[in-house]
Amino acid sequence: MIKRWRKRITLTDALMWLIGGAILALILWGSTATLATGRYTSHHWFDFIVFGLAQGSIYALIAMGYTMVYGIMRMINFAHSEVFMGGPYTAYFVAAFFYSSGFLDQQPIVCLFIIFLVSMAVSTLIAVLLERIAYRPLRGAPRLVPLITAIGASFFLQYTFRGLYGSGFQAYPVVKLLEGEWPIGEFRILKFQAVVIVAAALLMAALYAFVQRTRMGKAIRSVSEDQEAASLMGIDINRTIVTTFVIGGMSAGAAGVLYALMFKQVHFFMGFIPGIKAFTAAVLGGIGNIPGAMLGGIFLGLVESVGPSLFLDGLGIVAPYQLKDAIAFILLVLVLIFRPTGLLGERLAVKKA
Amino acid sequence: MNGPQGIKIGLIGGGVAILMALIGMVEAFSQRHIISNVVSMGHTLLLLVALFSGFLAAKRTTPSKPIRLLANSLISGLMVGGLLALLVILGNWVRLRAVFINASPVLYKLLTFDQGVGAGNLLLLGGGALTGALAGLFYLTPSLLRRVLIVSLGSIVGAGVLQDLLRPTFALWGPLAIINEWLFAVNGLTIQGAISLFILTASGAYFWAERGRKIQTGFRRLTPAKQRAVRLTGLLFSIFLLLTLPQILGLFLSEVLTIVGLYVLLGLGLNIVVGYAGLLDLGYVAFFAIGAYTVAVLTSPELGFFGLSFWAALPLAIAMGVLSGILLGIPVLKMRGDYLAIATLGFGEIIRILVLSDFLRPWLGGAQGVGKIPKASFGSMELATPQQIYYLILAGCFLAGFISWRLRESRLGRAWMAVREDEDVAQAMGINLVATKLLAFATGAAFSALSGAIFASKLGSVYPHSFNVMISINILCLIIVGGMGSIWGVLVGAIALVGLPELLREFAEYRLLVYGAALMAMMLLRPEGLWPEAVRRRELHEE
Repeated sequence: MIKRWRKRITLTDALMWLIGGAILALILWGSTATLATGRYTSHHWFDFIVFGLAQGSIYALIAMGYTMVYGIMRMINFAHSEVFMGGPYTAYFVAAFFYSSGFLDQQPIVCLFIIFLVSMAVSTLIAVLLERIAYRPLRGAPRLVPLITAIGASFFLQYTFRGLYGSGFQAYPVVKLLEGEWPIGEFRILKFQAVVIVAAALLMAALYAFVQRTRMGKAIRSVSEDQEAASLMGIDINRTIVTTFVIGGMSAGAAGVLYALMFKQVHFFMGFIPGIKAFTAAVLGGIGNIPGAMLGGIFLGLVESVGPSLFLDGLGIVAPYQLKDAIAFILLVLVLIFRPTGLLGERLAVKKA
Repeated sequence: MNGPQGIKIGLIGGGVAILMALIGMVEAFSQRHIISNVVSMGHTLLLLVALFSGFLAAKRTTPSKPIRLLANSLISGLMVGGLLALLVILGNWVRLRAVFINASPVLYKLLTFDQGVGAGNLLLLGGGALTGALAGLFYLTPSLLRRVLIVSLGSIVGAGVLQDLLRPTFALWGPLAIINEWLFAVNGLTIQGAISLFILTASGAYFWAERGRKIQTGFRRLTPAKQRAVRLTGLLFSIFLLLTLPQILGLFLSEVLTIVGLYVLLGLGLNIVVGYAGLLDLGYVAFFAIGAYTVAVLTSPELGFFGLSFWAALPLAIAMGVLSGILLGIPVLKMRGDYLAIATLGFGEIIRILVLSDFLRPWLGGAQGVGKIPKASFGSMELATPQQIYYLILAGCFLAGFISWRLRESRLGRAWMAVREDEDVAQAMGINLVATKLLAFATGAAFSALSGAIFASKLGSVYPHSFNVMISINILCLIIVGGMGSIWGVLVGAIALVGLPELLREFAEYRLLVYGAALMAMMLLRPEGLWPEAVRRRELHEE
């Protein structure tokens, strides 16, 4: 019995488990140490969690695009982060116009609605163009080819937007309606964070309903199951793929405005980090799996906002907040090592990849 | 469907032209003149767009109907000019600049050739139509004439674009300085220079087209010993050229050369990982950083840990590179394709974030970086100027090139290629995947660390910001443009993607934009790269 075990476990496996175990031990040690010092009150933790939820639901919305495109085309749409950036950056000019004309203060709801529409429209346009120009001619090419194309498209789009709109940070106008706090029992919650969470939840629910309930959603699911069989059943593959990109673009555009409202600025490079994080979220939840992407996004957001203080503070690390991106990436690598299927996914990383 | 074809292509071309104008490329490039006070680079850009759409429109039409073909290409050229004219009209009507920062009056002036809106727009329309028709005519000309025209016009544009490279080089050599005066004005070629260059290159191209084949067959008819002798002379001559290059080119261009050299080194390393073994590594910059920081920590008196000399630190830096290549390789052994790319991207970012953090500041210097890194020295001679460091880099490149060349044909190299083509089959054939992949990561990391070490000593300081993900993307770009798996391709890619942008200052801002476009275009049109490996060329273009 032991012999068979010894045979099955290779050196690299053992090393990987060792690394994983060490990281887990560090996390546990750090957390207990932090909690033992009692430096953070429950108010702190509540704030961290709400912020994490808000950030996580934005990641989840972006991750939808990654996961659906991956599900249907088996490729990482690396340029999705630019789809996410293009919408809110364009909508910024609309928002700035509303702000300077005073319309934003008079009719904040109408304005926000228009800003969302513009952002979603632009993001969708970018996503559709991307599919048409860069990805469609490459269907059936070796796997590395579309990925490299996507990387190229990502940089092309970033610097196109930089050329169009300039390289500076643009401050998103403040919506007065969303300023301030709401009390919940003894805690308080920032209004815009609550709005971000609710809006993202509504959008995700709508998208999920679309994919599960409508005819087109069924087509999307069947194409991602088996493209050939789906086309034999009379499903228009091209149309289905374009619809997937449209949905991804819309959710990315909406996520972009939420992100801009939360961090109050837009920039041509703003898509890069959230893009990778959202991809991480998609992998966390199991890529190709829509509820998984939502779960993964929220989980990642929480880990990122709670993690630095919880895990690292107790270890005596200076300025742990600087390392929050590192935590996210380490989480990604850990998931890829120990559970490449993700939290809810099927085993894709080895089989179909 | 012939008519709409021209309109469609023209509309796409016009869209591209408008995009180029709005992202500021036209304006930025207009500062450099191809022919002094006649044609600027910005105008050339637009001209090329119109030519290209005219040519494409012609190509899509049946050549048996020349009139229709010409009409088609004329229409598409007209559409390009027309869309630009629309942009000018719109720009004079609405203040586009509130959104598009580059839609400035200068741009409109450039687009209308400084003739005002009315006359300028007519010029745009006429010019567009004419260019389109010319492209159509060009399509109809016999192929010999076409080749001659491409070569000669291309070399005029090339000479104009590379004037900063040619002028100082000529100026260094007494007798050649006369060429400078004949060829170049203050900015761009002179008219007589352009004409003489045209005649020269056109006759050269004609001669080569007529006689070239004869020379080639003549060479083939020589005895093998003589062929080898000719090749050897060529090789010796190029080695001699490489050794004297910094003296020929002068200080500024030597600096460019050293940068290209560092990228060649990096590219050769990534070429082993991506090109040979097919492991897409997007965090390759991590090893560059590890090499540079190892040298910095070991040598810099600022941190005051060891104070070794560069030569003592260099092997340790490479060893650190190998070690980290293996350590970072182990977790990703089982991943493939996309997952591997993202995981390695994550690694690259983790390293950068760690180096940047306050947490590791006492050891790695944090955001301020590490300074006062000593230069490499031989006895009392210090390798300080770019012209001297060039030799260090050249030696590194030769070493790396030699290793990659020998490895490619070795058992290990064939194992890498087998893994690249199909992992499962490779494993079934008895290839040890773990060892093969780790060796690829380790070798690639070693080259990268070597490059990083030289980089640290060249700059004298290292900052975390020098090691961002853009470097990884740059290197990936250059090996893809050059041709994956090809050693010469790395060189071609590095010269095209690193050398050229250094020479074109106004280009710097659009560097990554062009990289992105180049990556896409390469993948869509020529996935094997500019200088592909012979095997890969055969694979992708089966007879």
